[in-house]
Amino acid sequence: MIFNNTATLAKQIRIHALKMTANAKASHIGSCLSMAELLAVLYEDILRIKCESPNWEDRDRFILSKGHGAAIYYAVLAEKGFIPKEWLNNFAENDSKLSAHVNSHNIPGIEVSSGSLGHGLPIACGMALAAIASKKNYKIYVLLSDGELDEGSNWESILFASHHKLSNLTTIVDYNKTQGLGDVKKILNLEPLEEKFKAFGWSSIRVDGHSIHEIHNSLTKMPLIKDKPTVIIADTIKGKGVSFMENSLKWHYCSPNPDELKKAISEIENT
Amino acid sequence: MRKTFIDTLCKIAKDNENVWLLSGDLGYNVLEQFSTQFPHRYINTGVAEQNMMGVAAGLSLSGKIVFTYSISNFTIMRCLEQIRNDVCYHNLNVNIIGVGGGFTYGSAGYSHHAVEDYGVLMPMPNMSIFVPCDPIETKLCIEIAYEFEGPSYIRLEKNCNYSVHSSVPDYSIGHPIQILEGKDATIVCTGGIVNEAMKAAKSLAELDINVSISSLPTVKPIDITSLAAILNTPIIMTIDEHSEFGGISQLVNKAIIQYQINVHEVVNLCISDDIIYSIGSQDFIRHKLSMTSKKIKETIIKLMNS
Repeated sequence: MIFNNTATLAKQIRIHALKMTANAKASHIGSCLSMAELLAVLYEDILRIKCESPNWEDRDRFILSKGHGAAIYYAVLAEKGFIPKEWLNNFAENDSKLSAHVNSHNIPGIEVSSGSLGHGLPIACGMALAAIASKKNYKIYVLLSDGELDEGSNWESILFASHHKLSNLTTIVDYNKTQGLGDVKKILNLEPLEEKFKAFGWSSIRVDGHSIHEIHNSLTKMPLIKDKPTVIIADTIKGKGVSFMENSLKWHYCSPNPDELKKAISEIENT
Repeated sequence: MRKTFIDTLCKIAKDNENVWLLSGDLGYNVLEQFSTQFPHRYINTGVAEQNMMGVAAGLSLSGKIVFTYSISNFTIMRCLEQIRNDVCYHNLNVNIIGVGGGFTYGSAGYSHHAVEDYGVLMPMPNMSIFVPCDPIETKLCIEIAYEFEGPSYIRLEKNCNYSVHSSVPDYSIGHPIQILEGKDATIVCTGGIVNEAMKAAKSLAELDINVSISSLPTVKPIDITSLAAILNTPIIMTIDEHSEFGGISQLVNKAIIQYQINVHEVVNLCISDDIIYSIGSQDFIRHKLSMTSKKIKETIIKLMNS
């Protein structure tokens, strides 16, 4: 299978996110870039959604729990026709519709606001329960950061989801190995992460989070095991696609200056 | 109150299959009625309040009307951010039932005393807060919370072997209910303590002292104009088993200032910080706070003679 459109979408939303964060002098470009392929595959190939009818009852639900990655999320919504691309131009500026953490208020296509970590998965569990109770076959996808897994609320939900056999729930972990003040491994080690999920009763799969093929292949198999929720642990690189941003904590906070923006866009366009 | 709550909810759930109940592993001998009748709409989410509130939000975002049930502090403080961000910001129809208002749990200790609960929730956007004083108000509050769009908190005490109201009063959200009229003093109160105020008023009536008693089943939103309208005596007293901060004294004092009401004395009986280390029954702690009917009566007499 050839994923030209998906690869193009990943490039487009990376460039949007770079421009948006540069323009707004906003943080978290590194966190945006690490999940470009994950969002591109979801929005190009997986989610059953309709931009002309964003509240369609039988739509799949997607929650970006790592709400600090808002810029690239708004970008993919704009590319897929949910919001006008012009909205991206004043991202996080005064009187903008788009705040620097995910805001669902009056934004078509966004299920829920986020920004404080550890909120998305419990909400996704509620949505998954509701779908099963209503005999609906839509699916629930929630994208978490790795640092976010420090939050205890997630582990309450991880217990809950397997207990209630929420097989319509897929959790994706953007495992870029870097959190607020440094390496995940040094701050609060998550490993062995897959084994932890499995011990909590989940099925799991580990993929290269920048391989469109691998992401697609895993997402089309959901649920991996009958009656179990699934976690996709996506190994990613913070700042992926821009050489001087990759694996650098600086880009959790800084925004590119005009020269850096130019260089970053050029690198993405030429890959 | 718990029995009235579950009876009322079961009636509602019978007519509306979108009504769900979540419990934080509490409600022994209370919730069975619902869980038996509606097993597919009842979930014991375990001792995990953050997840419970998030699940409630997710269900509500999917079209369900959700009631959550736990001890007040656990279902508010442990998951306050889920209430704020997930429930209130999205203006969801999640109704939080908190048991153990004030010192209901007596000697169980401070962990179980809900004495800052509605104060904590007062600033939360879209949130309505109900503090019924007896089974009749409990039923009214549950029915209004169910019909009212948006989140609510309903503070209940445990058991209630009395009824303040002899019949169902006229009530609309945000308005006080004047139970007794009197020209000498006004007591504004909320929750189970209303019963103590009523007993004090009856005893004072024997001394020809006529006290007005008003219950506030809703503490948010509050119609400040109708609250001001009942503050028409020289002596005003507020009583709530709650901290001064975020409690009803602030509402009444605001009404006095805003409407420039001419009063002789204002007394606010509420929880002081030093009481939190007291161990004992609800009555014992109320006595220390001068909130028993006897103490209320003595205070009113003293104020009238001052």
